[in-house]
Amino acid sequence: MAFAAFSSTTAPAAANMARKKSPVALLLLLPGILYLILFFLTPLVSLLLTSFKAPTEFGDFGEFNYAFRWENYVEVITTYWPHIMRSFGYALTATFFALIISYPLAYFIGVKARRWPLLQSLALVLVIAPFFISFLLRTLAWKQIFSDESFLVSSLKALSLLAPDAYVTGTAFSVIFGLTYNFIPFMTLPLYTTLERLDVRYLEAGSDLYGSPFHVFRKVTIPLSMPGIVAGTLLTFIPAAGDYINASREFLGGTGTQMMGNVIEANFLVLQNFPAGAALSIILMSVILVMVSFYVKRSGTEELL
Amino acid sequence: MKLSPGKWILPAYSALALLILMIPIGYTFVYSFNDSLKSNIVWRGFTFDKWLNVCNVQNGAVCEAFGNSIFIAVVATVVATTLGTMIAIAIVRYRFKFRSQLSLFLFLPMATPEVVLGAGLAAQFLSVGVPKDMLTIILAHTMFCISFVVVAVKARVAGLDPALEEAGRDLYGSALQVFLRITFPLLLPGIMAAALLSFALSFDDFIITNFNSGAVSTFPKYIWISAARGIPAEANVLASAVFILALVIVVTVQVTGAARAKRLAKMS
Repeated sequence: MAFAAFSSTTAPAAANMARKKSPVALLLLLPGILYLILFFLTPLVSLLLTSFKAPTEFGDFGEFNYAFRWENYVEVITTYWPHIMRSFGYALTATFFALIISYPLAYFIGVKARRWPLLQSLALVLVIAPFFISFLLRTLAWKQIFSDESFLVSSLKALSLLAPDAYVTGTAFSVIFGLTYNFIPFMTLPLYTTLERLDVRYLEAGSDLYGSPFHVFRKVTIPLSMPGIVAGTLLTFIPAAGDYINASREFLGGTGTQMMGNVIEANFLVLQNFPAGAALSIILMSVILVMVSFYVKRSGTEELL
Repeated sequence: MKLSPGKWILPAYSALALLILMIPIGYTFVYSFNDSLKSNIVWRGFTFDKWLNVCNVQNGAVCEAFGNSIFIAVVATVVATTLGTMIAIAIVRYRFKFRSQLSLFLFLPMATPEVVLGAGLAAQFLSVGVPKDMLTIILAHTMFCISFVVVAVKARVAGLDPALEEAGRDLYGSALQVFLRITFPLLLPGIMAAALLSFALSFDDFIITNFNSGAVSTFPKYIWISAARGIPAEANVLASAVFILALVIVVTVQVTGAARAKRLAKMS
């Protein structure tokens, strides 16, 4: 699976395999690389150029000229500061909860369920099952479960666990819940791939040396599963920070929960303020790149990249 | 036998987590039988009609969007799998300059938020003056699938014993013969897995599609647009059908894979 991407180690056969120099390599690489240059790299440059564009002289709707209007950045930061903070705040919270939920689950599937291969593969299929059904419909299902007339909310109100005039959808809680739910498989799978390779003899050695279960977990299990933790948190945090499905009004969000993705979408597709949308995208991308490289360096797993 | 809390807490916790993961899936499936025009939390009785007349609602708009999604996913998967497999073979098998830089470059699309990919392409198509339609969606989907294919196939190429190919050459097989008769069949399971992943990614993508689709509707886009006024229950039917089909494919692949491994184990 591609989710192993971030935590993959070289397979045994590759380690001692002789690599040769050949013009064939170039022929194999060229089409794909050209494709990515054309449709991944150039668009990023376009985005950067667009983010500095200025309105045309006559100020026509959706018309902009190439310029170096760095004030675009100042404007979007001052206008959308709450959205920027919300994006990273929600994404960090959701990543934290996803990790808390996924780690025991991945540990169970990868370590405890080793003796029952059938149970292990069944659990794995259940973890990836959400990928087989539309992301939007899954999110919408939660919206309906959390809606005011739903069984869940009305029972909570009947039990006085929720105030009679309280609501769940449209709140920060429901957006973070949706983000956590939607990205749990992205967290669980890389954790599973590293934990599955965990040699339990290390844990036995730890307890033989009189380490308490907690101590062994902190000093042995966690460090050994670090590549999975790094990969899982990145795979969750990055898409969560840019997501605009969960936080949108038609789904789990409300007017006060809009994230950067929502305003980028609105600026591009509704307001046709392309420079503002582009500037916000560049800000999102740069913050993520800085955070990711800092995080990867700190956790000492540079070889991941 | 006494069950200490340490023994059952983890399995119980995992079962609960998996159960919560399944709730929206079960919801979508159950409410595809709800006798109501819109997908709704209120249960109005069981009906099989939605399954039998999926395409009848709104002049078949759901099915048209669904068909578009399948067409886009098939084309994007074929192109991305071909290009990605070529890159994967080159990276593992050949020595060339800038190998590590290339790996970083291939990793970047996966580390870029989808909004940024979508907005970037939209800005690009806008500045070049390409109108947004089916083609721009396919171009976008192929782009984000390539990296995932490279990663999935790379592992398979790395696990492939070069001695097998050498043996083929020793038996006077031409380069093409060796590739078609040895390398490709051995890589096929990895390539198939990559293709399935790429199909799933493309089929379910909404964020990038929304930026580059113009007036063309895809299944996720259809849901997005109708979310404001209520999703027709037929969308639940289509999504449930895809889910069941995908589950059948995955289980079949798992079972045949296990049988194959058993056979190989017996041979050696």
